Amino acid sequence: MPKTITIDPVTRIEGHAKITIYVDDNGTINDAQFHVTQLRGFEKLSEGRPFTEMPSLMARICGICPVSHLMASAKACDNLMAVKVPVTGHNLRKVMNMAQIIQSHALSFFHLSSPDLLLGMDADPAIRNILGVAAKRPELAKDGIRLRQIGQQMIELLGGKRIHPSWVVSGGVNAALTAEHRAAMLKEMPEIKEIVRRALNWYHPVVKHYQEEIAVFANFPTLFMGLVNKNGEVEYYDGTLRFMDSAGNIVSDGIDPSEYDTWIGEKVESYSYLKSVFYKPMGYPGGIYRVGPLARLNIASKCGTPLADEELAGFRSIQKGPVSSSFHYHYARLIEILNCAERVEDILKDDECMNPHVRAIANPNSFDGVGVSEAPRGTLIHHYRIDENGLIKWANLIIATGHNNLAMNRGVLQVARHYLDGLNPKEGMLNRIEAVIRTFDPCLSCSTHAAGQMPMQIEIQAPNGEILKTISR
Amino acid sequence: MTANGQIKIFTLKIDGKDVSARSDQTVLQVCRENEYFIPTLCHLEGLSNIGACRLCMVEVAGQRKLLPACTTMVSEGMEVTTTNDKLAHYRKMTLELIFSERNHTCSVCVSNNHCELQYLSQKLGINHIRVPYRFPKFAVDASHPYFILDHNRCILCTRCVRVCDEIEGAHVWDVSGRGIQAKVITELNQPWGSADTCTQCGKCVNVCPVGALSEKGRSVAENTKRSGFLPYLTARRKEKI
Ligand code: SF4
Ligand code: FES
Repeated sequence: MPKTITIDPVTRIEGHAKITIYVDDNGTINDAQFHVTQLRGFEKLSEGRPFTEMPSLMARICGICPVSHLMASAKACDNLMAVKVPVTGHNLRKVMNMAQIIQSHALSFFHLSSPDLLLGMDADPAIRNILGVAAKRPELAKDGIRLRQIGQQMIELLGGKRIHPSWVVSGGVNAALTAEHRAAMLKEMPEIKEIVRRALNWYHPVVKHYQEEIAVFANFPTLFMGLVNKNGEVEYYDGTLRFMDSAGNIVSDGIDPSEYDTWIGEKVESYSYLKSVFYKPMGYPGGIYRVGPLARLNIASKCGTPLADEELAGFRSIQKGPVSSSFHYHYARLIEILNCAERVEDILKDDECMNPHVRAIANPNSFDGVGVSEAPRGTLIHHYRIDENGLIKWANLIIATGHNNLAMNRGVLQVARHYLDGLNPKEGMLNRIEAVIRTFDPCLSCSTHAAGQMPMQIEIQAPNGEILKTISR
Repeated sequence: MTANGQIKIFTLKIDGKDVSARSDQTVLQVCRENEYFIPTLCHLEGLSNIGACRLCMVEVAGQRKLLPACTTMVSEGMEVTTTNDKLAHYRKMTLELIFSERNHTCSVCVSNNHCELQYLSQKLGINHIRVPYRFPKFAVDASHPYFILDHNRCILCTRCVRVCDEIEGAHVWDVSGRGIQAKVITELNQPWGSADTCTQCGKCVNVCPVGALSEKGRSVAENTKRSGFLPYLTARRKEKI
């Protein structure tokens, strides 16, 4: 009898999700869906609030990457005030944003994904976690924990606390950098680079054993989108949006973030609270695209810093044109950590970072404001409208995981078709389905603007809707 | 004070200790002079006392009811208890009820870390609110060019009403409605921005113990208050300096 396989909850990702796999009598996989099953509605609850509260209010969307929301939100508010943020204010925000990328990428690579890579996709789930990594290769686990600590400490040094700092405000930041904190951050950059170097030395030989996974882990042609700076280099905080097609042609470039909705459409599917986002000129679902580390490295001309660019050459050699397998998100993350460490060093070595003028003050001067930044997981868009008194009338958020939603769904189907025996699903196969989701490092808390840790469930369902098997962790 | 306006000196007991006080003092004043801690919210040095928040409750020997220290005058031989289990219980309950009435979410409030309600809750060890929250939905009044009124955070202490009336002399503020419907209003319930009587002095903002009144443009935790000006101002006015 045809059936459905459900993975619920999906583990080692941020938030709650479940996967349903539809199977027919012969065990052939007909379809697969990735459901995000939580809803919070930050867009709604911000209505009527003063816009100056937005950065801190929106940061509450996520405990993993509050800083990313702070950035996009504060940038939207800068635009509501129609001010030019002082250069040092911008640069200090950039440092915090990169610290966030460093700590989040460390979490994704070392804590969440290295268990699959080190212990194998078929390893016993009881040990296939960071503790299992610590037992087998303690230095790898230690490096991951240390890297995350450095990123978090930088956020704390800048903002006064690690989670939800209220230092990033409309118009800039609310306190200048101290010499002591500058020195404390600069001191850590060499260690970040060493840790990434060690991780790359470990990763390169290991990844050779995953050719089969690489071939099917969301490995299909899609567009890629992200921010680039005016030289076309990787950008995490400012710049303009660029779309690249699967053949490597830049199809839209120099898009001012305020015009995002000319290019980006959102669609609601009944099976998920996570909206599916698509590239409007190619329609739905043909306008499928990916964001995040893989996309950023694909679309940019270069990273713009020596060590990261050296490694980018290796990334480019994976295939001609944009790298298409989502498995390589892992590699891209390591390169980005390197890139961030080098860029933070550049900003902090320049004495301009000590300029006490870090905030522009103004009343609202524009009723519409868009803020875009790159979160660890990809492009984050905050769009607000206010009334004449500065109270929020309407808000729209497009979160990195939303951009990737179509690709994640297709990726799940691709992996299920390749690995899964629909009649007799085994643990290791199911783990690969989770692992493909993990390559995207989705944050479902953010994507539905909802909170929580992400357990996963896989459900096997017959065409008549009967649940034949449920596997949960 | 005696009928002919003479001030007497009384001796009373606070928590079993003898203290002396002037006959024109309140129990709260005497307790504070002698460094006994009594929580207060509606009271503010320099303004009249109205006994609204009920946080300053003390026990007075011979009285069946608890009395608010801010409005109770001292008397000869009075025996006051400022701290015991019963008072702690009542004070906590009062704070919990205040929390339940409106939306006091410290983490996203302009007054986070500078809030008297938050401070007292920490000091009195509030870690749960045992009554259900009411979560009312009040519109924020941001019509004033410099200030914002967020009823959702108001605790109805009426400090703003009193400072505007008693010190500034403008009497922009009042309270409308009764009980749970009560809220502070500007003029005859007009948007604050259209209140002609408002001198834009900002005294109300500076005396508000919570994040209900704030300066525009302030982000979370940036709403610091300066209420120290009040005692000087009142004293100077009295002396006509
Ligand atoms: S607005 Fe502030 S000062 Fe006025 S009554 Fe409410 S809490 Fe008290
Ligand atoms: S301080 Fe005495 S009742 Fe409020």
